[in-house]
Amino acid sequence: MSTGMLEMRGLTSAYGAVVAVDEVDLVAAPGRITAVLGANGAGKTTLLRTISGLVRPRAGQVLLDGADLTRARAEEIARAGIAHVPEGRGVITELTVEENLRLGAMLGATRRSTRRGLDQVYEMFPPLAERRRRDAHVLSGGERQMLVIGRALLGGPSVLLLDEPSLGLAPRIVAQIFELLRGLVDEDGMTVLLVEQNARSALSIADVGIVLNLGRVVAREDAATLAADAALRHAYLGF
Amino acid sequence: MAQQTLQEPPAATTGRRRLRWRPRSTFGRHALTVVVAMVAVMLVLEFTSPFRNSQLATMSYYAIAAAGLTVLTGVNGQISLGHGALMAVGAYTTGLLLGPDGDGALPLPLIMLVAATVTALVGTVVGAAAARLHGPYLAGATLALAVAVPGLAIYFDHTLGGEQGLRIASPEVPGWFDATIYFLFAHETPSAKYLAYLGWGTLLLVLLLLANLMAGRVGRVWRAVRDDEVAAELAGIRLGRVRVLAFVVSAACAGLAGAVLGVVVRLAAPSGFTIVLSLGLLTAVVVGGLGSLVGALLGSALLVFLPPAVTNLGTAAGLDGTQAAQLAPFVYGVVLVLVMLLAPTGAVGVFTKVWRKR
Repeated sequence: MSTGMLEMRGLTSAYGAVVAVDEVDLVAAPGRITAVLGANGAGKTTLLRTISGLVRPRAGQVLLDGADLTRARAEEIARAGIAHVPEGRGVITELTVEENLRLGAMLGATRRSTRRGLDQVYEMFPPLAERRRRDAHVLSGGERQMLVIGRALLGGPSVLLLDEPSLGLAPRIVAQIFELLRGLVDEDGMTVLLVEQNARSALSIADVGIVLNLGRVVAREDAATLAADAALRHAYLGF
Repeated sequence: MAQQTLQEPPAATTGRRRLRWRPRSTFGRHALTVVVAMVAVMLVLEFTSPFRNSQLATMSYYAIAAAGLTVLTGVNGQISLGHGALMAVGAYTTGLLLGPDGDGALPLPLIMLVAATVTALVGTVVGAAAARLHGPYLAGATLALAVAVPGLAIYFDHTLGGEQGLRIASPEVPGWFDATIYFLFAHETPSAKYLAYLGWGTLLLVLLLLANLMAGRVGRVWRAVRDDEVAAELAGIRLGRVRVLAFVVSAACAGLAGAVLGVVVRLAAPSGFTIVLSLGLLTAVVVGGLGSLVGALLGSALLVFLPPAVTNLGTAAGLDGTQAAQLAPFVYGVVLVLVMLLAPTGAVGVFTKVWRKR
């Protein structure tokens, strides 16, 4: 049985009086890409931050394969197999590329499994292999995105949370990264929760689309249906 | 960019050819450096005056503490204004165990180990509290430590000797050590020289251990926590535990430094562990180059050798004794300000930049 069934029940998060995520019920299933769409301030990023433990929810639950992770600390959630790739990349620029990657591989890995994981990441992202000994601040935006995704993958997660991976990247690089995600999901049965402003390209690789507005789920459809729904597109997605 | 990549391979191959004998492992490389350094230290100690010997002994305990502070502040990003107090813990522990005449005491290495352990325990407590604090709050909390610990020595004056402090026996030069030096250099080893050897031996051992710690997984995690807490947390790193570990390692070094200070100075007194000591260590680490062990060494050298040098210059320029002595802190302050303005990466940063430009 594949694992990585991520479930949110009535999840509510707020910053003071501002409710950013409002009673969200959501299931992200293994082997599927679930795209979370919506305008600025819709609560997409807060949703991810709540799942990964960076924001404490006000109410509701987060379950991974039925286990309650709602009150767990961020590092415990990471160890439970939920990898969060934050917006703005989270590259530690003063470490080398390989040191950054090795940080991801710490969770009970042996020397050999880490080596294997590193080789896989380098195979997946050749530009990283060329710069493995360089400080991460020499990387371009696209390479940084590769680095954080690679780091997340080294931990062997069952769930990958991606926050705006296309932000500031050339369309060609975005296409490459999305293609790679599709491969991970199809071959390894990973669960991917993808937050995107770039709704069109996100829906092109997603299986399911969720639209958030002011913290609430306003639409939940097959990605193809959602992309075809002109009224919804105009109202919330801007294309 | 492309040009750079093209130029790199030849440079790498010549480098490899020149250094073919270099040990493969990081530990081997560090150990070799330490052995070479030990030989250099022996030569320096044997061929300089007793006064220089005692200055070098002083530098050794500053450098041990500064190396520990490098781990905490430079590598893990936690500031500490309380390392002088941690040194006091080490020195007083040594004083209590060694006693005023050294009769029937435990062997010195064991006492130093105990001093390091006791200080590490104190460090665990402080570190656990510090792990939740940042920036000015952390500085404030550790400052409290620097103020409170000397006060404790005065409060418990019955056991700790009050203002007068504890007299500490000077350890005797072991027979085998004296014999070895006599065999190599054909002269006896006075106690001051033995203490310099003791300090530098300890220092090199500490540097070896810290260098290995910093080069490996632990060092990587420390730096990650310093640079980006959120990213580190998302990578599954236990922030609190990592911070406390840095504090414990750093405190153990401070304790060891305190032990060396105790036997070199032969006294553990509150006046020796004021906030000035803590600040001196911090400036040494910053001036030398934050985050680098070599920087810690350079900074401590400056701390020890600059003031007397300035005083000598002052006397030579016709100032009277008091004026010349007052010149030293002034120059030290100017150096500190200049380093911050012109070379915020410290001495090591400047060297690296010059080296890369060649």
